[in-house]
Amino acid sequence: MATSHSEVLEVHPLLVRLWHWINAFAMIIMIMSGWRIYDASPVFHGIYFPSMFTLGGWLGGALQWHFAAMWLLMINGLAYVAWGFWSGHFQHTFLPVTPRDVVRDLSKALRFDLSHELGVYNAVQKASYIGVLCAILLTILAGLAIWKPVQFHELAWLMGGYNGARVVHFFGMAAIVAFLVMHLVLVAIVPSTLLPMITGFARPHAANPATDGTT
Amino acid sequence: MSLKKPIRPELRQLAKDVAPELKSIERRLFLRQGLSLGALTLLSGCSAETPSGVQSILDTMSQFNDRVQAAIFNSNRIAPTFSEADITKPFPFNAYYSKGESPVVDRANYKLELGGMIADRKPWTLAELNALPQQSQITRHCCVEGWSAIGKWGGVPLRDFLKRVGADTTAKYVGFKCADNYYSSIDMASAMQPQTILALTYADQELPVDYGFPMKLRIPTKLGFKNPKHIMAMYVTNVYPGGYWEDQGYNWFGGM
Repeated sequence: MATSHSEVLEVHPLLVRLWHWINAFAMIIMIMSGWRIYDASPVFHGIYFPSMFTLGGWLGGALQWHFAAMWLLMINGLAYVAWGFWSGHFQHTFLPVTPRDVVRDLSKALRFDLSHELGVYNAVQKASYIGVLCAILLTILAGLAIWKPVQFHELAWLMGGYNGARVVHFFGMAAIVAFLVMHLVLVAIVPSTLLPMITGFARPHAANPATDGTT
Repeated sequence: MSLKKPIRPELRQLAKDVAPELKSIERRLFLRQGLSLGALTLLSGCSAETPSGVQSILDTMSQFNDRVQAAIFNSNRIAPTFSEADITKPFPFNAYYSKGESPVVDRANYKLELGGMIADRKPWTLAELNALPQQSQITRHCCVEGWSAIGKWGGVPLRDFLKRVGADTTAKYVGFKCADNYYSSIDMASAMQPQTILALTYADQELPVDYGFPMKLRIPTKLGFKNPKHIMAMYVTNVYPGGYWEDQGYNWFGGM
């Protein structure tokens, strides 16, 4: 690196970057194979996923992908959550956040009036990350209830039974996909946020067009 | 692969009906291409479908999931039961072939064959099976595809039957061979779960042909494809017996 260390800012620690990319890989496998499984017997009539966006080739193949990647997703997720609480990462990065802050920052962002500070999340970002982490957790729990509705039948009961768990799993997926679309759109709008998620570092002056909402 | 357009229900049903045949034709074509591309496949080390390295990881993970499910499985855990009012009507027909193609087993000549690690391998007639103590259940049948339906089955608890015929219940597997060339197998712990029955009735009536006459395995702790119909032979073994769908890639344990 040509610049001296004082000019670069560590935006994402190594553990966060590792978690992020392993999670992205596992999540994409889960979503694409999940769509193929869903298509075998749709929860909502008339809602299908085009097979070109699915993984596995047929139901049996998709199930193999889904139940292999779930371990990667789960182990990676558990490690992240344990580290996040233990290290204080969650408290520092995602808190405090109040509904009023979220409304304020959201209206600013919509008016392109929200500046992007590297390494600091605005309230909309904080709320989105907390929200998507909760959605992932809920989707995993609903998935466990569908996978083991007898062994974990209390969990299935909490989800409104076997069919209720399928509905929760579907909407959890939908929330994650909605986040993912937003996430990618915002990275496309502010591409300078992409490199720090790979290298960990950014030069503060290199990314400051006061235009963006989030990533 | 094309985008799915909304299709009329009868066409969808037709597509569903011919799907197993298409699958097997697809498979045969794939195998034939596989033969002609054999040399190339050996050179490149991958198949036309999922690369073999990736496929072997997926297979390993599926076997790992068999072990995890066996560890999670608690034979005292009772599958939820339902009331008569919850029963799905009509209960859906399901098989790897279409409705109307089910084998018609001759009642008079039917004898359940026993094999493997069983002390008393005398075959059982339908009348003899019907004379044994029976048990009924209203449970949810969950298909691997995701749909489910609630039905009422009655029959002989497999646990009692295995003891009665002197099966070695320390063996690993109980296997089933069926009149429709279907076959499947389950682990001994699941076989001994109290709700696992050799079903002889559906909705208090003799098991209809569509639902597996003369006998099907009803095991509410496993997915639908682990509930073989038209059972002709049962055996106890320590040699992994596989299954019709399991050998094509469905997870063997198929537990719930």
